[in-house]
Amino acid sequence: MSEMATNKPAAALERRPGTFRAALKRDLLLAFRNRRDLVNPLVFFLMVATLFPLGVSPEPAFLAELAPGLVWVAALLATLLSMDSLFRADFEDGTLEQALLSPQPLMLVVLARVTAHWVMTGLPLTLMAPLLGLMLFLPAEGMPGLMLSLLLGTPTLSLIGAIGAALTVGLRKGGMLISLLVLPLYIPVLIFGSGAVQAAVTGLPLAGYLALLGAMLALGLVLAPLAIAAALRISVSG
Amino acid sequence: MPRWFYQLASPRWCYGITGKLLPVFAVLAAVLLLGGTVWALLFAPADYQQGNSFRIIYIHVPSAILAQSCYMLMAIAGAIGLIWKMKVADMVAKSCAPIGASMALLALATGAIWGKPTWGSWWVWDARLTSMLILLFLYFGIMALHAAIEDATTAAQSTAVLALVGLVNIPIIKYSVEWWNTLHQPATFKLTERPAMPAEMWLPLLVMVLGFYCFFAVSLMLRLRHEILARERRAGWVRELVECR
Repeated sequence: MSEMATNKPAAALERRPGTFRAALKRDLLLAFRNRRDLVNPLVFFLMVATLFPLGVSPEPAFLAELAPGLVWVAALLATLLSMDSLFRADFEDGTLEQALLSPQPLMLVVLARVTAHWVMTGLPLTLMAPLLGLMLFLPAEGMPGLMLSLLLGTPTLSLIGAIGAALTVGLRKGGMLISLLVLPLYIPVLIFGSGAVQAAVTGLPLAGYLALLGAMLALGLVLAPLAIAAALRISVSG
Repeated sequence: MPRWFYQLASPRWCYGITGKLLPVFAVLAAVLLLGGTVWALLFAPADYQQGNSFRIIYIHVPSAILAQSCYMLMAIAGAIGLIWKMKVADMVAKSCAPIGASMALLALATGAIWGKPTWGSWWVWDARLTSMLILLFLYFGIMALHAAIEDATTAAQSTAVLALVGLVNIPIIKYSVEWWNTLHQPATFKLTERPAMPAEMWLPLLVMVLGFYCFFAVSLMLRLRHEILARERRAGWVRELVECR
C-alpha cells in the first residue's frame, strides 16, 4: 500500500514528458491534415505588407525607414488573427473537456498546443519575413536582426495570445474581443522586436534587445501556461 | 484573522457597513475636494515658468495616481475572488474597472490640456503618457470581457485572470515604454522638473490626492452597493429591504 502511494507520483512525473510529446504530436498532426488553414496567416502577413506601400508611399527610402516596424506589426496582427481558432475546434468537439478531466497536467497539454501553434504560424512567419523585408526595402544588414527578433518574439506572442484565446473560447463573438484583450499586452514585444531590427539596420549591438526578448519568452513560458490553464478551466466550466 | 475579515465575505454585512461609511466618506470627499480646489486655484503660488497653467496638476496628478491604484485594487480583489471564491471581492473588482478607466481618461485629458500650453502640442509620445494610454486599454479590455460573458461568476473569474495577467505586464509595459522612449527621442522637451516643490504648492496637491481617494471610496461603495443588490436580488434580506421602501 505504502509502496503504491510512493510510486504513483513518481510514475506520474515520469509520464509528463510523454504527455507533452503526445499532445504536441497530435496537435502537429491535426495541423498538417488541415494544411489549407496554415497558409492563411502567411497570406495575411503578405497582404498587410502590401497595403503599406499602397497606403503610405512607394518611396524606397521612406519605406526602408518604416520597414522594421511594419514587418513587426504585420507579424503581430497575423499571429493575433490566427489565435481565435486556437482552442475553438477542441472546445466544440469536447476534446478540451477531456483534457481538463485527464490526470495529466493541463499546463503541459496547453504548452504543447501553443508550441504546435507557433510551429505552424510563428516559425513560417519568421522564415517569410525576409521576403517582406525585401518588399519594404529593409537594408540587408537588418535581416539577421529581423529574423532573430521574430524567432524570439513570436513564441511570446503565441503564449500571450493563447491567454486571450482561452478566456474567450466559450464566447460566440470571440474574434474582436481577443484583440482588445491581447493587443495591450503585445506592446512590449513589439517595442523590443522592432527595436532590435532598427538596431541591426543602424549597426548597433543587438544583444540587449535579444536578451530582453528572450527574458520575456522565459517569463511567458513559465507564467502563461498557468494563466491559460486557469482561463480554460473557467471558460469551459462556466 | 480578525472577525471583520470574515464578515467582509457576506454581501449583507458589506451592504450594511458601506451604508454607514458612505456619508462619512462623502462629507470627507466634499470637504477635501472643495477645500483643495479653492486652495490650489486661488492661494497656491503661480509657477515661475508656467504661470497659472500648471494648476491643472491638482487634477492631473491625483487622477493619474488613482488610475494606477485602482488597477491594483481591482487585481487584488480579483485574486481574492479567484482564490477564496469570495463574491464580494468579485463585485469590488467589477466596480473598480469603470472608475479606473474614467480616472485614466481624466488623467489623459488633463494631460493633453496641460500639454498644449507647455509643450505646444496636445499629445506627445512620452513614456508616461503612453503607459497611461495602455493602462486605459487594459481597462477597456477588462470591461469588454465583463460585458461579453453573461454568467456573473464566470465573468468575474475570467476578468480576474485577465487583471492578474495585466498586473504582471504593467511593470514590463512601463519599463519597455520608458526605454523605447529614451532610445528614440532623447528628452527633446521635458517638463522642467523642480527637485522639490515648495510646501505651498504640494500641500494642496496632497489634499487633492486625499480628496480623490475619498471620492474613489464613495463611488466604489455606491457601485458596490448597487452590484450587491443586483446580484443578491433573490436573497430574503434584499426583498425585505425593497418591501420596506
